[in-house]
Amino acid sequence: MGKPVAVALLALAALGFAIALAASIGEMTIPLEIIVKTVGNRLFGTAFPLNRIQEGVVWDYRLSRALVAACCGGALAVSGVILQALLRNPLAEPYVLGISAGASTGAVLVMIAGIGGGALSLSGGAFLGAVAAIALVGLLAMGSGGGSDRVLLAGVAGSQLFNAMTSYIVTTSANAEQARGVLFWLLGNLGGVRWPDVGLAAPVALGGFVVAMLHARALDAFAFGADAAASLGVPVRRVRLVLFALTAAMTAAMVGIVGSIGFVGLVIPHAARFLVGQGHARLLPAALMIGAVFLVLADILSRILVAQQVLPVGVVTALFGAPAFAVILYRARRPL
Amino acid sequence: MTADVTLATHEVRWGVGGVLMVDGVTLAAEPGRVLGLIGPNGSGKSSLLRLMARLRKVSSGVVTLGDANIDALPRRAFARRVALVEQQTTTEAALTVQDVVRLGRTPHRGPLSAWTSDDAAAVDTALEQVGLADRRERLWHSLSGGERQRAHIARALAQCPSELLLDEPTNHLDIRHQLDILALIRRLPVTSVVALHDLNLAALFCDRLAVLHQGKLARVGTPDEVLTEELIETVFGVQASVERSPRHGRLQVHYLMG
Repeated sequence: MGKPVAVALLALAALGFAIALAASIGEMTIPLEIIVKTVGNRLFGTAFPLNRIQEGVVWDYRLSRALVAACCGGALAVSGVILQALLRNPLAEPYVLGISAGASTGAVLVMIAGIGGGALSLSGGAFLGAVAAIALVGLLAMGSGGGSDRVLLAGVAGSQLFNAMTSYIVTTSANAEQARGVLFWLLGNLGGVRWPDVGLAAPVALGGFVVAMLHARALDAFAFGADAAASLGVPVRRVRLVLFALTAAMTAAMVGIVGSIGFVGLVIPHAARFLVGQGHARLLPAALMIGAVFLVLADILSRILVAQQVLPVGVVTALFGAPAFAVILYRARRPL
Repeated sequence: MTADVTLATHEVRWGVGGVLMVDGVTLAAEPGRVLGLIGPNGSGKSSLLRLMARLRKVSSGVVTLGDANIDALPRRAFARRVALVEQQTTTEAALTVQDVVRLGRTPHRGPLSAWTSDDAAAVDTALEQVGLADRRERLWHSLSGGERQRAHIARALAQCPSELLLDEPTNHLDIRHQLDILALIRRLPVTSVVALHDLNLAALFCDRLAVLHQGKLARVGTPDEVLTEELIETVFGVQASVERSPRHGRLQVHYLMG
């Protein structure tokens, strides 16, 4: 029992360090010591004398941003693990399957076209968009005879459709400034993130992870397909319904806050499998932690790669993700 | 494993897209014996097995396990009693033989319960029974077709079932592995229902045979009662001569070229 606890502590320490780095690095470099003291002052009632501007930058901007990045990376990676297991396809993930694209369309409809008349929040719109995307991809895949290859093809078609719809809405309804904002947001942007966003991202990511963990055995049982899982006593229909809704909710919440970020959901699960193996009781926490650390680091890179400029974090994840995608494709090839 | 409680179908019907695949089949497995399901392609063997495994819901009729309608049993309780070996299923995941067999313990474990010594013992026994104990660390992808089928059977045995359903377990295997798998099934201390294509193997390894023809039960009985020249002609549409083998005393089907 000692080893899992040690590994979990180590992973948490790594995440804590990455977040501290993210709070330290930026246009104004702030020593790690100040970060620790700020957290102490704000959370534990210590009274270190600190420069108010530094404390403000660390607490109000950088820490909230790093925490959202962590939640987002973790949630996308967990979604990827779930989709890959349920669909039995190593290439399945929210972005490839068009769930992120659907969530973007939903969010843009609320943001620009004003659908819902204020009653529907951005995240609500994103959730409806994500559900619509899953439904469309599911129907297309089943209508074409099912099978995991078909699901992926349907996902590609779905993403194209939703991306086209998003572009259509942006070009016809948005003014120039809105269009620029949306474009930046669509590629994944952590710029506007503040503490209230942590209030949404953290419960969704952690709650989603807990629900996924309760289904870890069921996900293992899907290794040989849905019928094999059913013959092992897994309530296949209920598990699928719960977990597809869960991935839709996680993806939508993250897209609503930071836009759609690709490749985290695809690459991180494979990295996690490489480290801890196939069992979902270990794979899910590993993916959560690696995804969290990865996106925090990607966000740091997005701020320092180009001087005086912040890249969309989606650009950084794709720069690393695309080559990794190629490697996975190569490894997933069937023997001739 | 109660010896006298067994799986039976009563006037079971099931169809897909308006086509009746199983049409009023009443059939009971005998405890501890091997029941072979034979019939041409599309005669409803796989469909009937799926209904017995509760993977599909009957349109009419009932499937019973002992006195209980299987639809009334909790899913996991049913999976502790009845295990299914499907036709040639594979996985993309990098699982070892042991990982695959451990899946068989799923219905015995709650979502949060730890791996127990009972679970470990069941897996060890299952691996012994199929002769894969020395290959438990091997990766699924490195296994031969025969080894994969054994691993599937071990996974099913780890469920500790009283009934084992197998859908053409010898498909795509060479003759040595076919004999091997069927001899293994015959040795197992469970009631088995096996869908088979090869009539000679069915005669050799099954205690009883049920012949399906266009979704209906054409005949059921011992191989001696079932495998007649007339039946083979009506059901399979081929001319055959059936003789008793002087070597093993079982029936032997010779196909005659028209």
